[in-house]
Amino acid sequence: MEKLINDFSFGLFFWQILLFVGLVLLLRKFAWKPIMEAINNREEGIKDALESAEAARKEMQNLQADNERILNEARAERDSMLKEARQLKENMISDAKAEAQAEADKIVAQAQATIASEKKAAIADLKNQVAGLSVEIAEKVVRQELSDKKKQLELVDSMLGDVTLN
Amino acid sequence: MHRNLGTEILRVMQKRTVVRILLIFTLVFTASNLFAKETEKEGKGDLKTEIKEFIDHHLQDSHDFTLFSDKATNKHYGFPLPVILWDGGLKVFSSSKFHHGETVAEVDGNYYKLYHGKVYKTDADGTINYDEDHHATNAKPLNFSITKNVVSMLLVSLLMFFMFRGLAKSYKKNNGIPTGLGRFLEPLVIFVRDEIAIPNIGEKKYKKYMSFLLTIFFFIWILNLLGMTPLGVNVTGNIAVTFGLALLTFLITNFTANKNYWGHIFWMPGVPTFMKIVLAPIELLGVFIKPFSLMIRLYANMTAGHVVLMSIVGMMFLFKSWLGSPLSFGLAFALSILELLVAALQAYIFTMLSALYFGMANEEAHH
Repeated sequence: MEKLINDFSFGLFFWQILLFVGLVLLLRKFAWKPIMEAINNREEGIKDALESAEAARKEMQNLQADNERILNEARAERDSMLKEARQLKENMISDAKAEAQAEADKIVAQAQATIASEKKAAIADLKNQVAGLSVEIAEKVVRQELSDKKKQLELVDSMLGDVTLN
Repeated sequence: MHRNLGTEILRVMQKRTVVRILLIFTLVFTASNLFAKETEKEGKGDLKTEIKEFIDHHLQDSHDFTLFSDKATNKHYGFPLPVILWDGGLKVFSSSKFHHGETVAEVDGNYYKLYHGKVYKTDADGTINYDEDHHATNAKPLNFSITKNVVSMLLVSLLMFFMFRGLAKSYKKNNGIPTGLGRFLEPLVIFVRDEIAIPNIGEKKYKKYMSFLLTIFFFIWILNLLGMTPLGVNVTGNIAVTFGLALLTFLITNFTANKNYWGHIFWMPGVPTFMKIVLAPIELLGVFIKPFSLMIRLYANMTAGHVVLMSIVGMMFLFKSWLGSPLSFGLAFALSILELLVAALQAYIFTMLSALYFGMANEEAHH
C-alpha cells in the first residue's frame, strides 16, 4: 500500500483525467454519436424492411384470397344465370305449347259449332223442301185421284209410309 | 495422405484467421521484446539484480521515452520529453537536461535531480538526503511533466480518434456500411452496446453512458495491448491511471444515481429499522469499495502480467543452457498469448463492472 501511494503521480493523474475526459467528449461528438446513429438507423432499416416484406406477403395472401373469392362468386353467378336461362327456355316452350293447344282446341270447337249450325240449317232447309214436295205431291194426288176413292186411300197410305221412312 | 493433412490444416487455418493473427502478433511481440531486452544485457554486474532493476524501471513511468539502452557504452536510444514543474512558477525544460538522472538540471537558479524516476529539488551539487528508511527527503515540486505514459495516452487518444472518426465517416460515405478498419471496429462497438451496456444498464437508459463505456473499453484495451509491445509502456499498470479511470466511474455512478439507489444505501427498504441503521455504513462503504476494486484489479492484473512475463524472459538469460532457455522461451510465448487475452479481458471487466454500477445507480424501485 505504501508503495502504491509512493508510486502515485499526481501529474500523471492530472494528464490522464484531462486526456480521457477530452477524449470522451471529442469522441462523443465526432465518433460515438454518428456511429451509434448509423448503426441504429441501419438496424431500424433492416427491421422496417423485414416488416414491410412481411406486410407485403400478407397483402399478397389477402389479394390471392380475394381473387379466389371473386372467381368463385363469378362462377356461381354464371351457374345461376345458366340455370335461369334454362328455366326460362323451358317455361317458354311449355307456355307456347299450352297456348297452341288452347288455340287448336278453340279452332276445333269453332269448327264443330260451325258444322253443327250448318247441319241445323241444312236440316231446316231439307224439312222445308220436304214440306214443299209433300204439298206438291199432295196437290198432284188430290188432282188425279179425287174421283176414285179407293185409289185415294192407297195413295195416301203409300205417301205416309214414305214420309215416316224419311 | 500428407497432402490431405496439409489441405486440412490449411482449411482450419483459414477458418481461424483471428487465431492466426493473434499468433503472429504474439510471435512478433515476444520476439521483439526479447530483442529489446537482449541489448540491455551487456552489463557485467550481477545479472539477477540487473533484471530486477530493469523490471522495476519498466513498471514505472519515465521522463524520457527510451526505446533501449546500452549499458556497456551507457548510451540510451530514445527521445527526451518535456518536464513541466510548478515550483513557485512554471518551469518547463527538456528531460535531456537530467541525463537520465546522472546530472543536475539547473532552471532559473533552481536545481532539480531525477532520482528513481522522480524529480527532487536539490542544491547545485545534486545532494539527495535520506531518512532512516532510505527514502529521499528532498522537496518534490508539483510535477506535471509529459511523461512516457502521458505520451502513450496521447498517442492512443489520437489513434482512437482517427480510428473511430474514420468509422463514423465511412458510414456516411458507404451508405451505412463500414469500410476498411471499420469492419473490424463495428462488431466491437456493437459488442459493447449489446453485451455490456444494454444487459447491465437496461434498454431505456444505456444511451447516455455509451460514450464513456465505449471510450474506456477501447482506451484500456489498446493501452493494454501497447504494454505488450517492445515500446515498453506500462500505462494501465500505473496506479495513477487506474485511479483516474475508476474515479470517473465513481463520479458518473454517483452523479447519475436516482433516488432509489440512495434509498438502498442510506435506508434499505424491506428490513427492520435496526438493520437499516447497521446497513447504512456498510452500504456507504460499498460505494467507495466498488470503484476501488476496479482500480486495484486493473493495476494488479497488468502489473503482475508484466512482472511475470519479463521475469520469464529474464530467466532465458539466467539459464544460458540448451534446456532452460528454450523452456523459458516456450513459457514466455505461452504467457504472451495469455497476456493478450488478459489485455482484452481486463478492458472487458472494467467496462462491464462500470456498466453494472451505472445500472445499479439507475435501477427503478420494484417493490
